[in-house]
Amino acid sequence: MKLFKYMVVGFMFGFGMWKLEAISTFRIIEMFHFQSFHMYGIIMSGVIIGIIITQLFKKGKVKTIQGITHPFNDKSHEWWRYILGGTIFGMGWALTGVCSGMMFVLMGSGYTVFAIFIGSAMLGTFAYGYFRKVLPH
Amino acid sequence: MYEILEQIHAFISQPWPWWMGGITIGTTLFLLLYFGKDFGLSANLRTMCAADGAGDYADFFDFDWKKQGWNLMVALGAMFGGYIAANYFGGDGMAHVSQATVDTLNNIAEENLLTISTVPLIPGKDVIHNNIPAFWNLYSWGSLFTLRGLIIIVGGGFLIGFGARYAGGCTSGHAISGLADLQIPSLVAVIGFFTGGLIMTWLILPHILRIAF
Repeated sequence: MKLFKYMVVGFMFGFGMWKLEAISTFRIIEMFHFQSFHMYGIIMSGVIIGIIITQLFKKGKVKTIQGITHPFNDKSHEWWRYILGGTIFGMGWALTGVCSGMMFVLMGSGYTVFAIFIGSAMLGTFAYGYFRKVLPH
Repeated sequence: MYEILEQIHAFISQPWPWWMGGITIGTTLFLLLYFGKDFGLSANLRTMCAADGAGDYADFFDFDWKKQGWNLMVALGAMFGGYIAANYFGGDGMAHVSQATVDTLNNIAEENLLTISTVPLIPGKDVIHNNIPAFWNLYSWGSLFTLRGLIIIVGGGFLIGFGARYAGGCTSGHAISGLADLQIPSLVAVIGFFTGGLIMTWLILPHILRIAF
């Protein structure tokens, strides 16, 4: 039961992303062709509200359920990983029109072929873990 | 009473405007931070690898993956959310893209297959959309037996999994959580996402989509 609340959060997120059409590859193609504000609106409004929420937690105005100030970790300054990894991720995002959250939403909505997509993504993750030491970070 | 429920159903079923993204993402982020967690869905891929015993091959996967169970539940919840939205609140099941995008899609297909009222939300024939032109039938098991479908599903999955871990996060981890925390590394990662996305969309994807077998 302790974990059930996370399922509720995920449910709202998945439901919302479906209704916002963020799971549609056609919306992703539209975004990368700069033909509509829709996807940028979703991301930008999410970030703006996210900044307010994050600041409330950071300043300790809102405490977590454990009664403490949420510990935020600063991201490391390994620039190559963000540039190279980000570009590779972006290519995958545009190729299938699906990012790592949306693949679960699509899988659940009945497109069972996404089991193969998730399997491939696990393989990609494994490949990164295996070759991590030789990759520039 | 029944009429009111029907009205609520119809209200939710219509396509949502973009600003609902702020509310959906904001609520998700708020609740996860409130529970003392961080929002980032691609971390689940690492957890799933570790749960399958990948720790024997690379110490990157040698961590206490059971502590990540909460994030797997978020993913499971997202699956349910997709199921309910698609089957009970699907509305007309169309992607309400702009006319310019319809023209772009027809240009890629080199055929006028779609009009503004016939672009399906999901390009897959198996489940909901029976009328989708064969060219755009990408997300189906049948598609997996074509080179085009194989590249898009297996290749795309691999790039997503590899890139997300390499960059240390995905759209939710960097573009939402990271940018919301005003992290410069996340901004660099997001610029990377768009660089890769633009290269793929403009230079590579049209050629992959036109593979006929």
